[in-house]
Amino acid sequence: MIFLTRRATFSASHYYWNEAWSAEKNEQVFGRCANRNGHGHNYTLEVTVAGEPDPVTGFVVDLKWLKEVMEREVLARYDHRHLNLEVEEFAAGKMIPTTENIAIAAWRRLEPAVRAAGGAQLSRIRVYETPEIFAEYRGEA
Amino acid sequence: MKAYFGRRYMVSASHRLHTDALTAEQNRAVYGKCNNPHGHGHNYVVEVLVGGAVNPETGMLIDMAALDAVVNDKIVARFDCQNLNLDPAFARDVPTTENLSRLVFGLLKDKLPAGELECVRVEETENNFFEVFDA
Repeated sequence: MIFLTRRATFSASHYYWNEAWSAEKNEQVFGRCANRNGHGHNYTLEVTVAGEPDPVTGFVVDLKWLKEVMEREVLARYDHRHLNLEVEEFAAGKMIPTTENIAIAAWRRLEPAVRAAGGAQLSRIRVYETPEIFAEYRGEA
Repeated sequence: MKAYFGRRYMVSASHRLHTDALTAEQNRAVYGKCNNPHGHGHNYVVEVLVGGAVNPETGMLIDMAALDAVVNDKIVARFDCQNLNLDPAFARDVPTTENLSRLVFGLLKDKLPAGELECVRVEETENNFFEVFDA
């Protein structure tokens, strides 16, 4: 099994807020991240797929194809957007756009496309919020 | 839903690779310039990966400030701007980055504020790093 990773970057704004809580509790739990005016990051998305190299092409997947899938499924929706206001899965308080949840949401967007292509399977999504902070999701329950 | 949270910390420290089990000549042969009697230093990056369930109320699996407090207390305060050879943990073991990463894993394993320690990765330079998944 070979693990292949492609990296891409996107810039987006967000804030942390649980609609079920009081303003006071949100500020206590989330601190500066609860500022409703939002703040932003240069995120790095790392997508790892696993599989055996094709005997003819030697590819686990075509990296150009993977790049296009990442752009279509994730970057086109997240890049230069306010995640809380403009991205369906986070809008109206459905899911707080923490780094953990962004990794899970990116998995949900990418996994069907990778599976539909046949061959390789999605192995891991890693999202860097800053170079020092990241979250990853491996499809576990 | 299980996810992983990773955080990177910097520790600047000096060390000298040398073991009393070998002769001076053998030490020089094995460790090369890392055996310089005066030691040398690195900006180590200690990457801590914690696995756990994402809390649906917060969207987070660990409170980063609480994780920082533990790592700063157990690792950064102990090793940053220190000579690793003088740390009691290296009284016998050579302070290779292999041994340092295993030590860090053991120091953090039962001290995390939430989740389970999945991996400790120590980058000695930009071009070499070591990963430990158990102590």
